[in-house]
Amino acid sequence: MVPTNYYVILSAILFGLGVFAFIFKRNIITIFMSIELMLNAVNLAFVAFSQALGKLDGQVFVLFVIVVAAAEAAVGLGIIILIARNRQTLNVERVDLLKL
Amino acid sequence: MTAPLVVFFVLAALAVIGAVSLILQKHPIHSALSLIVVMIALAGLYLLLGAEFVAAVQIIVYGGAIMVLFVFVIMLLNAGIEEHTSISKMAGAPGLLLVVALAGFVAATIARSTDSIQGTSQTGEMSSTLGISSMIFKEFVYPFELTSFLILVAVLGATVLAQREKS
Repeated sequence: MVPTNYYVILSAILFGLGVFAFIFKRNIITIFMSIELMLNAVNLAFVAFSQALGKLDGQVFVLFVIVVAAAEAAVGLGIIILIARNRQTLNVERVDLLKL
Repeated sequence: MTAPLVVFFVLAALAVIGAVSLILQKHPIHSALSLIVVMIALAGLYLLLGAEFVAAVQIIVYGGAIMVLFVFVIMLLNAGIEEHTSISKMAGAPGLLLVVALAGFVAATIARSTDSIQGTSQTGEMSSTLGISSMIFKEFVYPFELTSFLILVAVLGATVLAQREKS
């Protein structure tokens, strides 16, 4: 039996690494992937608490989070394709004009 | 050290190494492959937690659908090695500082609430897939129907965004 704390700490570490990647990376696709990493970290905390409390609500929430993440990935990657087509770059620092 | 603890530490190390690799890799395709490692490790952790349905969904939807979409877009856009300007190099220091502050805050919160988490700890021997399905279609049926609407809007949005403008 693994203590719930271990899972929550691992979740916090993964979330922190996701935040760092979000701040530090400059490729818009990698930044988008770091958002997915943060969502995954939160999911782990949800499942860990669901098991600790003996209730399944947390696991149902995780399913909803995964659905929202899938929808977000579809729309977000559409936006990324649009940016790459209009600006010919994926570096977020070169995307600094509201209007071309 | 018991067997579940060993499995936990192996999978946790795999997940953290994958996440660090995501940050260190220069090419987006390598970052995407690192993220897949994290997701597979998390699926193993869900199995360890007795959430077999969530583990299966994690592999099918995250490791399969979403990451294939990412790899597809990376190859479609022919994304090359990430370039770092002088401003983005400066972002590393405040980013590290912020992350350390965040991790410290979370660790302090966990340390304070240790007793309340473990006080209610139990194994939960019920069949989680059966329980989840009955919860989704009874208590959470309204949000569940709303997610279908959300996916419809997302599909329409992605189609509108990605289509070429008529010239």
